[in-house]
Amino acid sequence: MCDYQKCKHWGGNQDYTSTRNKRKTHLCCDMAEVEDTLKRIQGYNGVIGSIVVNAEGIPIRTTLDNSTTVQYVGLLHQLTMKARSTIRDIDPQNDLTFLRIRSKKHEIMVAPDKEFLMIVIQSPTE
Amino acid sequence: MEIVYVYTKKRSEFGRQCNFSDRPAELHVDILPDPSLAANFTVRDPCNVTMQCAEEMSEHEVNTERFESESRGINHVEGGWPKDLNPEDMEATIRYRKKVEKDEHYQNTIMQIAGLMEHCSKQNNATDIYQDFFDDEVEEEVVEESEEEPSAKTINVFRDPNEVKRTATSLSWHPDGNHKLAVAYSSLEFQKAPNDMSFDSYIWDIENHNKPEMTLKPVCPLVCLEYNPKDSHILVGGSYNGQIAYWDTRKGSQPVEMSTIEHSHRDPVYKVIWLQSKTGMDIFSASTDGQVLWWDIRKLSEPTERLVLDPSKKWNLDNALGAISLEFETTMPTKFMVGTEQGLVVSCNRKAKTPAEKIVCTYSGHHGPIYALQRNPFFPKNFLTVADWTARIWSEDIKESSIMWTKYHMAHLLDGCWSPVRPSVFFTVKMDGTLDVWDILFKQNDPTLSLKVCDEALYSIRVQDNGRYLGCGSQLGTTTLLEISSGLCTLQKNEKALVSEMFERETKREKILESRHREMRLKERSRSEQSREDEAKDADGEESTEELVARAETEFFHMLEAEKTKERNEEKERDMEKGVCEEKDFQEEHETNGVVASFTRGEISL
Repeated sequence: MCDYQKCKHWGGNQDYTSTRNKRKTHLCCDMAEVEDTLKRIQGYNGVIGSIVVNAEGIPIRTTLDNSTTVQYVGLLHQLTMKARSTIRDIDPQNDLTFLRIRSKKHEIMVAPDKEFLMIVIQSPTE
Repeated sequence: MEIVYVYTKKRSEFGRQCNFSDRPAELHVDILPDPSLAANFTVRDPCNVTMQCAEEMSEHEVNTERFESESRGINHVEGGWPKDLNPEDMEATIRYRKKVEKDEHYQNTIMQIAGLMEHCSKQNNATDIYQDFFDDEVEEEVVEESEEEPSAKTINVFRDPNEVKRTATSLSWHPDGNHKLAVAYSSLEFQKAPNDMSFDSYIWDIENHNKPEMTLKPVCPLVCLEYNPKDSHILVGGSYNGQIAYWDTRKGSQPVEMSTIEHSHRDPVYKVIWLQSKTGMDIFSASTDGQVLWWDIRKLSEPTERLVLDPSKKWNLDNALGAISLEFETTMPTKFMVGTEQGLVVSCNRKAKTPAEKIVCTYSGHHGPIYALQRNPFFPKNFLTVADWTARIWSEDIKESSIMWTKYHMAHLLDGCWSPVRPSVFFTVKMDGTLDVWDILFKQNDPTLSLKVCDEALYSIRVQDNGRYLGCGSQLGTTTLLEISSGLCTLQKNEKALVSEMFERETKREKILESRHREMRLKERSRSEQSREDEAKDADGEESTEELVARAETEFFHMLEAEKTKERNEEKERDMEKGVCEEKDFQEEHETNGVVASFTRGEISL
């Protein structure tokens, strides 16, 4: 991980960002952190696949094959929008933070954001 | 502007014109105010005035046309890539993705939501909050449930959409998923099919009973239809004119190929079964013309093999038995059985060396055509036949009679099948429209459950592989989908052992009876042989048949003569008493008339 001056990327023309955690970190280290996080999530017990999508429906990152990814994205995006509008209709101050769909075979977890969407499919520990 | 009406009046009729003149003003009335009248009034303050400021509304009624809605899904294939990017281009998409990943905002967002996700994922791994904690108890409940009344309820009814209703002669479930049912429609009554009867057969989706999912358009109505258990897109059908046709559901409603008329059957093909082979493309078909033909789907121009069901093993088509049903068990690929119109079940061996040896043995016992023939899925040595008014269970070893049978019903039984999940349960359908569910471990004399499905005859029945749903087709083309209660489709404990015991017991009983019969027959034969031997000893001094006849004749005539003389003597005595000439004439007559007359006269006089 980055600690800016202590990081191995220090020196040279490395870009940095200073917003995250109010500490300066290299851009490349940021990316590495993101990679690590995603890899860690994928590595958890029972996780079948994970997908990161942007607002237009383009899968940025996915561990499943294209057709499955596209199917999940299309369907879950609509569902998330519907869930969010439901929450907000009931109470406009409220907002959707997480969506979990439990089915016979596995659980689909959706973490929504204004621009992106993270979908993780995990099967129960048995 | 058009002139609508013209009004004319003569000037002379108008009258004198008005002449106005001025005159000074005159006061006619002057009413002065009377203050005493004011005493009758008081000042009101405040004044309440009601006002309404509202929109004017009017009420109308409108009725729109009936709105028909259909549910459709849209499959969105690719996300919203920017216009200048070709989604097929791998490099461009990867580049785009990398660009998004480098974005700071993206990273922040991801870290945030990843935190949430991790929390939930770990939660899942910690405990399974939806796990079934009381599995054992659930099993006990199941046992209690099995004591409930067996029942079946109708889930859906599929009617023949055509005006002219045809019989649903055969049903076949889709091999994967069981959510589709293929039904073959035809009219089995000889020459009663009206000219405008449609030839189509349908594939129904279980959820939608309004419209069939797919139509199959053969050249001639199909009598039987089967899905290929290995490839769920391929169906084969046997038609009323003896041809075999096969369809691929991906390719449309027309058959992909049809067999040539010269090499097909000469009678309607009543049953078609898929064989277990490496290619998965072999079928065999049976028809009442007495032939069983084997085909390879890919080459329907001529059959690969042929068997004539001639019980005398001479392959004589005239002698052949008409086949109505076929049986084939994939665990025993060399043997198969044919149920015939004449009531015999013929067991055949496919791999026999000579054609004559193909027919191994026959089982007789039914009085009418055998409409259904099926081996018990758990005990292949025992098979069920449904024919005339009974259903019988047979054991392969006992050829003389069935080991178990139902009583004779009031209506013909037209089809039947075993339940694929319970060895002791089988289903039959009757001509009066009832469906019977038999559980031989529970009751042997009567069906465990008898349901009236419809008023017309039920021609076919097929159970799904899970044993829970079954479809039955009726004479007017109505296919009913029924769900049977869980007690009838869950395997009870010890069921297999009990059923196998029952079958063995009955088989033994029949074997004992058979051996007794054989003994009795042997005894009879030996007795008759003995008596023939005794006769043979006397026969040495006997004459031949002609001499016997001659002897009989002479004896006969001697007897006649004796009678005649006796008569004459009696007459003479009577004549002497009466002395009438007529008697003498009569006597002469009766002498010439012959034997019969004298006998009769003799009887009368006596």
